[in-house]
Amino acid sequence: MITVKFSASLRDLTGEDDEIEIDAPTVRRLIKLLDERYPGIGERLNDATSVAINGEILPDAIYEDIPDGAEVHFLATIAGG
Amino acid sequence: MTMTEDPKNAPSYKWVGSRSIRPDGLDKVTGKARFGADLKLPNMLEGAVTRSPHAHARIVSIDTSAAEAMPGVHAVITAADLPDLAEAGAKTDDVFMSAKVLARDKVLWEGHPVAAVAATSREQARAAADAIDVVYETLPHVLTVDEALADGAPVLHDTMITKGADPVPEHASNAASRALHERGELDKGFADADLVLEREYTTKPVHQGYIEPHACVADAGQDGRAELFVSSQGHFSMRAMTATTLGWEPSQLNVTPAEIGGGFGGKTTIYLEPLAVRLSTKAGRPVRLVMDRGEVFKATGPTSGSRMKIKMGVTNDGQITAAEVWMAFEAGAFPGSPVGAAAMTAIACYDIPNFVVEGFDVVCNKPKVAAYRAPGAPIIAYGIESIIDELAKGIEMDPIDLRLKNAAVEGTQASYGPQFPRIGFVETLEAIRDSEHYKSPVPEGCGRGMASGFWFNIGGNSTATVHINEDGNVNVITGSPDIGGSRASMALFAAEEFGIDVDRVSANIADTQTIGFNDVTGGSRVTLATGSVVIDCCRAIKEDLRRRAAKTWDCEVDDVEWVDGQAQHASGTETPLSLADLAAKAPRTGGPISVTKSNNVRGAGAGFTTQLVDVEVDDELGVCRVVRYTTAQDAGKAIHPSYVEGQMQGGVVQGIGWAFNEEYIHRPDGTLDNPSFLDYRIPVASDLPMIETIVVEVPNPNHPYGVRGVGEAGIVPPMAAIANAIDDAVDCRLVDLPMSPVRLLDAINQRGE
Amino acid sequence: MSRTHVSCNINGDDVDFLSESGGSLLNALRDDVGLMGVKEGCGTGDCGACSVLMDDRVTCACLIFAPEAEGRSIVTIEGLAGADELHPLQQCFLEGAALQCGVCTPGFLMAAKALLDNNPNPTETEVRYALAGNLCRCTGYDKIIRSVLDAAEGMRQNGAQA
Repeated sequence: MITVKFSASLRDLTGEDDEIEIDAPTVRRLIKLLDERYPGIGERLNDATSVAINGEILPDAIYEDIPDGAEVHFLATIAGG
Repeated sequence: MTMTEDPKNAPSYKWVGSRSIRPDGLDKVTGKARFGADLKLPNMLEGAVTRSPHAHARIVSIDTSAAEAMPGVHAVITAADLPDLAEAGAKTDDVFMSAKVLARDKVLWEGHPVAAVAATSREQARAAADAIDVVYETLPHVLTVDEALADGAPVLHDTMITKGADPVPEHASNAASRALHERGELDKGFADADLVLEREYTTKPVHQGYIEPHACVADAGQDGRAELFVSSQGHFSMRAMTATTLGWEPSQLNVTPAEIGGGFGGKTTIYLEPLAVRLSTKAGRPVRLVMDRGEVFKATGPTSGSRMKIKMGVTNDGQITAAEVWMAFEAGAFPGSPVGAAAMTAIACYDIPNFVVEGFDVVCNKPKVAAYRAPGAPIIAYGIESIIDELAKGIEMDPIDLRLKNAAVEGTQASYGPQFPRIGFVETLEAIRDSEHYKSPVPEGCGRGMASGFWFNIGGNSTATVHINEDGNVNVITGSPDIGGSRASMALFAAEEFGIDVDRVSANIADTQTIGFNDVTGGSRVTLATGSVVIDCCRAIKEDLRRRAAKTWDCEVDDVEWVDGQAQHASGTETPLSLADLAAKAPRTGGPISVTKSNNVRGAGAGFTTQLVDVEVDDELGVCRVVRYTTAQDAGKAIHPSYVEGQMQGGVVQGIGWAFNEEYIHRPDGTLDNPSFLDYRIPVASDLPMIETIVVEVPNPNHPYGVRGVGEAGIVPPMAAIANAIDDAVDCRLVDLPMSPVRLLDAINQRGE
Repeated sequence: MSRTHVSCNINGDDVDFLSESGGSLLNALRDDVGLMGVKEGCGTGDCGACSVLMDDRVTCACLIFAPEAEGRSIVTIEGLAGADELHPLQQCFLEGAALQCGVCTPGFLMAAKALLDNNPNPTETEVRYALAGNLCRCTGYDKIIRSVLDAAEGMRQNGAQA
């Protein structure tokens, strides 16, 4: 079981759910499951999205494993200067 | 000075942390280093660009015939010479990028390129570019977020529906997107506060101000390939963007990075490159294309102007209970301001339980903004760090103490989502609080202010090769353009890993054909990410050297150690073998000694900074001078202390310019009034004192040497620190940037009215 | 398009070149003589990146019409070092980390040389004002000023020993 916390930008799709517990061993699977639960979210969580797993921010995370008990956030990918 | 966490247990290094001479230094002090405009090829033509004189207009027609007939002209191009990416179904971002490089149907800002020419001399190219007859139908324009968001404002892109808006808008507008971060209950938070302040701030577009204008040389062959010599912050991404714009595959282009004369984020994108390549293919000759300073100001990417509304509440004992932030950033002609990052950094330094942070990306008829050192963060920090200072004054609490009380620490849930790992914000606050500057009395007639800042820092994709020459000297080859001294750090890593003198290491930057992929030099990533990959190469080579020594001694690899630059037999019975010894006999032990490693490096650590400034205000002229400045920044581990200090000082001084004088001044007709260094006033040596640096070292647990990026955070606090100091000096709270003499004098004169 | 024949002395050598009509000394030095160490930052005399010495005076090459160089002695960054030894200013800039991107460095070195040639013992303030015509965006000037002061001190000591 992992915990996914949603940012306010996704509220139009996630509604009242600020955070949910879900079973997902990889980011790819997680996004698929989330898209089933909140249709349209899969497209929103696209190339320009980074994933934070237990505080570590990963820009190219689609194939990453998610350890059991992890906390997951979706963030806009940052560009530096 | 350096303040290391736990100095007794900190590892001690022989080379890392020393002040070696940078490998590219000799060429730079003798004038030999080649920057983008310094390459001269046989048969080379010179280019010039025709640019829109209007802020917003439809292109009715372009007649190039006069230009084509002029003496010395070998090629003229317009958007007709580039693929129509919209028609090809390309991504919107790519369509916009191509339109930015060469306008297709509309010009969206004064300076927008419309055509380009290659001729046998610069004067001929300029004359021909000026002779291109463009017929425009001018359109009404908008210059600021206020104008762009006003009811009935002319819309730049008629399919632009605000992304992230709730509910989804029915009509197109100039608001490209909306970012939102929320937590807790705002009303309850403000109700819990004893003091609530509400302020509105504005900032103007400012330019990165690199001294070297954009420049490149393109040399196309008859085989559908081209060479590009260009100063950029990332030749691989430049290659990809140029190829997309040309309708080419990236591998058709080989990009060689020139030395780069400053970037700060502004050279992470393309302007001239596709034009130069296309002119070269059309002319069948190399083409050099260089911007003049006016073009740099008018037609490259400054950072956003903005409007910000901030409301914040604090209890009498210093707990910040709520923050409400609304901001709109100018993106320029196409979407993509750093408002998203600003929304993430806005209150990231603090643990605030109730907040709403909302940011809008707004297009307007100005050049498309580009990244500028911690993009977005300095702008919002001006507001946040100013209002926190006012709150501190309001509850009579020391501003450092107020920040300490609310500071984000390891485990704090960041305002943008995830928990912070080990970070050094508190340490930078303490470093300033304990500094000699802070403990000294404020000089007579001066005011003192402080502010803090944060930047994420990133890792990313890097490739490096390390090989050992037959004489035992080491080559380190990377693909990260060196904008701040990173080659010196790469050499220090190799010296430390091998245990050899840093003078025996050369560090070079290869082109897109001779090294594997590398992300841009930006995001404060190179020392961390490219450094990591260099370290990986060195460690792999050391394993190989142990194996070769074992073969030489006919013993087990486990009996061989690598110590102080030599292979040593654990029993001490063999004469040690140096790098030179092993390299000389390399053919006998497996061939040349060389390793290439690549990685998408993770584990970048956030960087925090706290800064302190004393200013003196002449209240008859409105002129404000920085009298003393101290900056404390967490570098994790300073690999080359001089260049870490250099990054800190450079960021601070850009912030000082941003605070006092720098701004884009547009005339009502949308043209830029100050496209020169005379009227766009950046700091000069006589404006400034020495910038005292305190390098704080709270090691990044995810890097072998504890490195955190340092290039960017330094520019985040200065404007607010100075605003706070001005308030302390003359009791005037300035909420508009720049805090120029005219504005400061107005504020002083209106004081107490 | 007419061109003007110019004869002058550059870095100790007698040099002839043909200047474009209306062309600057900066363009002539870079394009006609091939001295790429002289940089163009602005072309309007505001940044000092093209600083050269003309008859021992520091000047922006972009503000000089190339024909004005006729008969004059020009020294560019390429003429600062000796054959096997750097000028003390160059050495101090390297040791003091007074450069990051390095594009402003040639201009600063020439302006600093002109300063020290005229004033071997400048104060920090005098150095800052003498170099106020040279823009640097990378360093914040701190290490540049320190390096110039270090070079001045070193040159005074060596001068005293000579």
